[in-house]
Amino acid sequence: MPDLGKYADTVLWSYIASLAVLGLVVAGSVWRGRRVRAALARVEDRVAGKGSTDV
Amino acid sequence: MSLWEYANPKKFLTTSERILPWVWALAGICLIGGLAWGFFFTPDHERMGSTMKIFYLHVPSALMAINAWLMMLVASLIWLVRRHHVSALAARAAAPVGAAMTVIALVTGAIWGQPMWGTWWVWDPRLTSFLILFLFYLGYIALWAAIEDPDTAADLTSITCLVGSVFALLSRYAVNFWNQGLHQPASMSLDKEQNVADVFWFPAVTCIAGFILLFVALVLYRTGTEIRARRMRALLARERAVA
Repeated sequence: MPDLGKYADTVLWSYIASLAVLGLVVAGSVWRGRRVRAALARVEDRVAGKGSTDV
Repeated sequence: MSLWEYANPKKFLTTSERILPWVWALAGICLIGGLAWGFFFTPDHERMGSTMKIFYLHVPSALMAINAWLMMLVASLIWLVRRHHVSALAARAAAPVGAAMTVIALVTGAIWGQPMWGTWWVWDPRLTSFLILFLFYLGYIALWAAIEDPDTAADLTSITCLVGSVFALLSRYAVNFWNQGLHQPASMSLDKEQNVADVFWFPAVTCIAGFILLFVALVLYRTGTEIRARRMRALLARERAVA
């Protein structure tokens, strides 16, 4: 860990806040992506049969 | 092969699924490598001390906040002119990512500003135009969510995007237009004379590459999600019509 001196809190909070926002965006995107993919598969199974791909 | 082939959702999905693992991996390498390089292996700045380490988050996120909106502008223009659904969905997919970049730029700027300027916030031209850009992002996202018909939503959000582009450009050039306020001019430029010292420049460029690649990966992934969601809505509507 580098010596951040009197600005340690400033620097560390910047990194914590930024990485938290980036993590939320990535996790949120992946979570919604998986949910939509699973829901579409269910609807396709029901409506058009498995394997239909035309959008 | 033409770029317009990717206006076909099926072609877009197949291609993006093929390249996404590489983009995710490259984004991770550049982002983690660049941030670790900047945080652990660069010296303190002579005037700003260790707060210089915030540079590796603040500059790439601010750059992406503006460029994400410009990407949305191009996609919106393609929608308005050629009516390709994928372009409208790509703009929609990019908005939350751009908003997140704007939040990071605003938050790191405020945290950095407190010890350097003695205040978290000033109504400086660049800061103010950035805040307005963030409000445009929120408005754009809310408009997509509020309108049920996707084509109408795409039309109205495209117009919002055109209007908001003024603030995206303003937030980039505000310090040049108005020679006032606390925010300094650009620290990095293709013009070598204006750049920060190499010891800060190289890790910063790696971080910028990481942020760009992360943005590309997220937009490709999220556009795929929007395409699937649109197909699901179409299938459900067809099912309701038949029933």
